[in-house]
Amino acid sequence: MSLRVENLTVYYQTLRGDVRALENATFGLADGEIMGLAGESGCGKTTLGQSLIYLVPPMRLIKGQVTIDDEELPINDTDKMDDFRFNKISIIPQYAMNAMNPIRKIGTMTEELLGSKKVDFKSILPELKRRLDLVKLSHDVLNMYPIELSGGMKQRMVMVLSTLLDPCLLIADEITSALDVASQKAVAEMLVEFRNQHCCRSAIVITHDISILYQIADTIMIMYAGQLAEKGSTDTIIKTPQHPYTKMLISTLPEVGVQHSEKQLTGIPGNPPLLLNPPTGCRFRERCPVAFEKCMEIPPFIEIKPGHFIACWKETGENA
Amino acid sequence: MKNQKKKSEFLYFALRNKKLQVGLSIVLLFLMLALIGPMLVHNKPFAYVDPSGAQPPSSEYWFGTTSFGQDIFSQFIYGLRASFLVGIIGGGIGTFLGMLIGFIAGYRGGIVDEILNVITNIILVIPTLAVLLIIAAYLQVRSVLTESLFIGFTAWPWAARAIRAQTFSLRTRDFVDMARMSARKPLKIIATEIAPNMMSYLVMTFILQFGGAILIATTLDFIGLGPTNAVSLGLIMQWAVLWGALQFGSWWWFIPPGLAITAIVGALYTMNVGLDEAFNPKLREM
Amino acid sequence: MLRLDHVSKIYKTGTFGGKELHAVNDVSFDVKNREIVSLIGESGSGKSTLGKMILRLLSVTKGTISFDDIDVSTLKGVGLKEYYRNVQGVFQDPFSSYNPIFKADRIFSIIREEFFPGVDGAEWTQKVDKSLESVGLNPEHVLNKFPHQLSGGQLQRFLIARALLLDTKFLVADEIISMLDASTRIDVLNLLVDLKDRGLSILFITHDLSLGYYISDKSLILYRGCIMESGSTQKIYKKPMHPYSKMLMASVPRLDRKWEKMDIDLKGEHSKSPMGCAYYARCQLASKDESCIRSNPPLVEVEPDHFVACIKL
Repeated sequence: MSLRVENLTVYYQTLRGDVRALENATFGLADGEIMGLAGESGCGKTTLGQSLIYLVPPMRLIKGQVTIDDEELPINDTDKMDDFRFNKISIIPQYAMNAMNPIRKIGTMTEELLGSKKVDFKSILPELKRRLDLVKLSHDVLNMYPIELSGGMKQRMVMVLSTLLDPCLLIADEITSALDVASQKAVAEMLVEFRNQHCCRSAIVITHDISILYQIADTIMIMYAGQLAEKGSTDTIIKTPQHPYTKMLISTLPEVGVQHSEKQLTGIPGNPPLLLNPPTGCRFRERCPVAFEKCMEIPPFIEIKPGHFIACWKETGENA
Repeated sequence: MKNQKKKSEFLYFALRNKKLQVGLSIVLLFLMLALIGPMLVHNKPFAYVDPSGAQPPSSEYWFGTTSFGQDIFSQFIYGLRASFLVGIIGGGIGTFLGMLIGFIAGYRGGIVDEILNVITNIILVIPTLAVLLIIAAYLQVRSVLTESLFIGFTAWPWAARAIRAQTFSLRTRDFVDMARMSARKPLKIIATEIAPNMMSYLVMTFILQFGGAILIATTLDFIGLGPTNAVSLGLIMQWAVLWGALQFGSWWWFIPPGLAITAIVGALYTMNVGLDEAFNPKLREM
Repeated sequence: MLRLDHVSKIYKTGTFGGKELHAVNDVSFDVKNREIVSLIGESGSGKSTLGKMILRLLSVTKGTISFDDIDVSTLKGVGLKEYYRNVQGVFQDPFSSYNPIFKADRIFSIIREEFFPGVDGAEWTQKVDKSLESVGLNPEHVLNKFPHQLSGGQLQRFLIARALLLDTKFLVADEIISMLDASTRIDVLNLLVDLKDRGLSILFITHDLSLGYYISDKSLILYRGCIMESGSTQKIYKKPMHPYSKMLMASVPRLDRKWEKMDIDLKGEHSKSPMGCAYYARCQLASKDESCIRSNPPLVEVEPDHFVACIKL
């Protein structure tokens, strides 16, 4: 499968005007690729993930095109998208594990969910059991209520449900944030296992924790204030980032093994801009140590090396 | 700036809220009548002005006369005063006691909360009518003030319950812990941190107590347990029924006071709904 | 300076309070002058409960907390006020620490009313400005604003400035940077180390191992209310000995190496052992050994300044 996103621009409608949450996102995803989508709060990563599958007010599509396997995805039409949800493209939303109906047994909930997608529960039950084994959940889970499961167990259950119909693309939004360390590792590794076993073909993992991405993602895309900053292979982004924001972001992450007395880290001065009236051009220019006049124009997201994209006039030269 | 913005944001929605506009206007209208009415009316409420008995409304007596020849309109105006007085004093006492008990129970928790809860439940369960009958037997002369006090001291449990619940939830917030770490005394914390955050709640509680007090007072007056030396809207209705207005069809005697009570209390409750919408952004219609 | 002796916090649960929940179970440690101690634990470990007990926001069920050799639970009135002059705290959510209907500076005026009633306006303004500058804030930019007009990082620093207005000797920092963005976290962390150099002791409560390592001299690893391992940060991180600490170190995602293939028993996470070692249900070293649940394992010194609570070592 291949995903292609062109110029995706989504704003939020509010009383005070439009919040420009996502501006001109253009990127591609190859078959079998797990892409990490990282950035600080307010950078637009959840907006990007959600707009690919559930673009409803107050989100408003301004322009842009999304194609899966050369077929255009009608992201602006909620009803038409219904045919694609769960079978072609699926999402594990943030806090999904807390959104399960507390008075429904897990099995009943699954049956109702599948029924709405016109899938017979009994015929898919053997496959469901196989998936439960894959995530190390006992089959008794289907007879339990959500409150009887721990956080990690609920998250794994949600992962199984989201991938039951083998979607091409899985969007995982902050699936590890609320878990303890052991469950985090288990859930993250299971995601990779799902991809390896073709329960989903490719995945976009949205998180603010870059170290998890280092462990499981093939590529990482960094966003800032609604704009794409850099995309490249995991090793490139972590070891040799090129975009000034990426460089500064990686350097603010404390490492186990480094004490303050040995190496003092510095943060990035300033604050991310408010997106009601964002600055023109590159939105990082006010905090960027190497900004210059050309940065008043929006830098294009272009490929400087195979598979390595960056949006920065300084790095790509003024005549890019 | 946010406080100003918040105030003006609240005022913006408040003043445009239809329910609040309508409710407030009706209440204010009656309040005006109660305040300045007595100056426009020359007849005293108990004076016998017309010897010909119950007369329907005319240009001289706007609400007609009673079967004793008293001017109903002047009784109405003075009666409005009494009703508002009961509302303010009875409702005020009820709200004050509710705040006192509710805040302390909600903030302290533990054994203090348990004890106050027991007291609240006892007052709730007491049959107020029975108690009032006993009081009526002992007090031959009752004033509007006595009635207000009685209502205030028996209506506070509802307010206390609601305020206690809100205080419980506010008490666990971090800013209350910050105040505790600044060595602030509990009473001061309640007054400066918790109560201001509940302003909208407290205002609405007062309005409900106000309206409730008027209703209770009217009921008590109607069944004969009201003040003995005053005129109130409920008392007018009681006299009307007592002296045969229903049999003789003197509708002008009991309909105006009844309508007035309905209008005032209805307007108060409508105001409350409107205020709730103005305070709570989620309820506003966009 | 601060010492905890066999401190426990027990809640009564179940109908009629029949069952007991030990949020904190027999914890003892101390914090000396100019020391940053990390209290590391996941959710449910009791770390926040400990912080609140030290700040006198929760009562202690068993054991004693002493500050400069005075039992903290005996303090009342003037004594308690003195305690708060020396011991303060900052919490996780910067926005909920402020009363939303007032301006942010109000936290300073509360301090002024309670602790400095006689100080006149000009002297107070100077004091506040000095405090703000020492945490890296510009008084002109941050005074007279409402909380939502400031960023999370600024609000947390505001709270630290408030503590500095008093004679704070001991600061309890409960997950103070977990809700901040990555770029601001480091600045607040560096500020904490700065404060230590200026004479403050800090109890740094966190779930993030790398943050603990970055700034602390001593660390304590907590699990389900019991100390599993404690001692010098360097020694614990270089050579974790307790099975729980080892599991933590192996599971934390790091930027310098990938995860090892380590099978972690996930079935045990929901069960709880009735007594004895808190980690028994998930421990691979224990493997059904009865001696582990006979009693609480004591903290044993395995090397200078390195203590572990495990009888299997």
